[in-house]
Amino acid sequence: MKRTLRFQRKYLCIPYVIFLILFIIIPILLIIFYAFTNKQGFFSFDAMIDFFSTPTKISILLNSLFIAVQTTILCLVIGYPVAYFLANKKYNKNGVLITLFIMPMWINFVLRTGATRDLLTWLGVNGGNAPYFATLVGMVYNYLPFTILPLYTAMLKLDKSQIEAASDLGARPVQVFTRNILPQSLPGIISAATMVFMPTISSYVISDTMSEGKITLFGSSIYISFSNNQWNTGSFLALIMLIIIFISMLVTHKFSNEEDTVRGGTW
Amino acid sequence: MVKKIFANIYIYLILLLMYLPVLLLIVFSFTESANVGNWTGFSWNLYPRLFQDQEIMSALGNTLIIALVSSVVSVVLGTLGAIGTFYLKRRNKRIVEGITNIPVVNAEIVMALSLTVMFVFMGTYIFRKSIFSFYTLLIGHVCLSLPFVYLSVKPKLQQMDPNLYEAAMDLGCTPKRALAKVVIPQIIPGVISGFLLAITLSLDDFIITAFLRGPGLLSGYKSIETLSTLVQAKIKKGPIPPEMRALTTLIFLLILTGVAVTTIYRNQKAKKIKTHSMKRIRYGKF
Repeated sequence: MKRTLRFQRKYLCIPYVIFLILFIIIPILLIIFYAFTNKQGFFSFDAMIDFFSTPTKISILLNSLFIAVQTTILCLVIGYPVAYFLANKKYNKNGVLITLFIMPMWINFVLRTGATRDLLTWLGVNGGNAPYFATLVGMVYNYLPFTILPLYTAMLKLDKSQIEAASDLGARPVQVFTRNILPQSLPGIISAATMVFMPTISSYVISDTMSEGKITLFGSSIYISFSNNQWNTGSFLALIMLIIIFISMLVTHKFSNEEDTVRGGTW
Repeated sequence: MVKKIFANIYIYLILLLMYLPVLLLIVFSFTESANVGNWTGFSWNLYPRLFQDQEIMSALGNTLIIALVSSVVSVVLGTLGAIGTFYLKRRNKRIVEGITNIPVVNAEIVMALSLTVMFVFMGTYIFRKSIFSFYTLLIGHVCLSLPFVYLSVKPKLQQMDPNLYEAAMDLGCTPKRALAKVVIPQIIPGVISGFLLAITLSLDDFIITAFLRGPGLLSGYKSIETLSTLVQAKIKKGPIPPEMRALTTLIFLLILTGVAVTTIYRNQKAKKIKTHSMKRIRYGKF
């Protein structure tokens, strides 16, 4: 009897799981290991102390968070009306327009970033005279399609009759928007925000190209530490990045859960 | 009425702004000046120059090879992984899905660096030489796209009728045969969309490539250059090289054709279904 060796469907996931352990889990554990050891390989908090006692490193982090917040807000403000109009059949026949909005995503993003920078240089704005503005423009250009898509899907799910009911019951257009449309589209806003926020902090190419190397974001500082062979420092920075990601995941998760319970409560 | 005009103006204005950088490159691909904004007369010359440019052509070749190979590997691993995980016990399933989500939310730079650290570690302590090559690059790209293949196959498995597999077994199929004949055909749309997603992710990637590449492929003894790394190296020094403007035009045309074909195909299909169901209603065949 060869019963022990019999094929089972669940065995198919073995190569997948092995791959994940080898190339996802172990590398992250290594990063954590390096973050809390020194050059000799002994346990130490050197990297952590170094980070918190160097003002430039902390200011890079704060600066990145600030740029990320600005990019997220700009993308949402520009993208929200676009998504709202596109979800309406009157403007977006056969869904062609939404495809046009997503299409730039398929052009190589380094090429696109270079094109944006060349356009700005042509218009007289460049990393030389306005590195901050140029970086912001580059970020918004790159992440706008990523904002529009989740917002658009959220807008398609809007409950039209609820909006009509609100205006029938005497709500002014502004009230209809703030009390009804905005809360209804909140999950879309949250997912759009996370699509922009995290990549902005960790981006390297966009800030480096647009500001011509003048602005260093958190992602670039990780890159630089590793290029200079400061593995322990770099690993600690990467660990901070992981923690930021984890926190933002928790926030997203909480919001999407709350949304469900609110919905469940009203029905 | 006012609202409609406003909405249309807004939509097309944003659309124009979004396409402006690319349009600029396209317009200036028909002149030979060194940078955009400087028109030196109409000419087609950039196009033949593009195809004679060894550097760009080999980078393009490398990019396509990596995208194809990594997507095929991702699709095979990810599809099998999704099927296998689907039949795991609930607790194990949750663990595997939790791990699958890590690369989805993880920053690309952290993923690239953690893999680099591991490969350097392996290179110094196990292999005693640098192990960066096409294979390390391949592993990086597979890490990038694998979870997305998994996530696009999973919903198809959930929609599947579980009785069909059992029926195939009852009718005398071996489990492997039942899997190939019953399960795989039902999840194929998810597999295809996972494959396409994997290709786009790989084509667009810069950071993982920059960190994990080694010598190989069309670059020979030099480090593998993909389109992303080549463009990045060029734009660090100056404006986008003229030949790349021609390349952008060609890429744009390719995407435009692809989008047009799929849109027309989809609309025709929708129309066909519509007329078909109309006929059925007319003949009372419901």
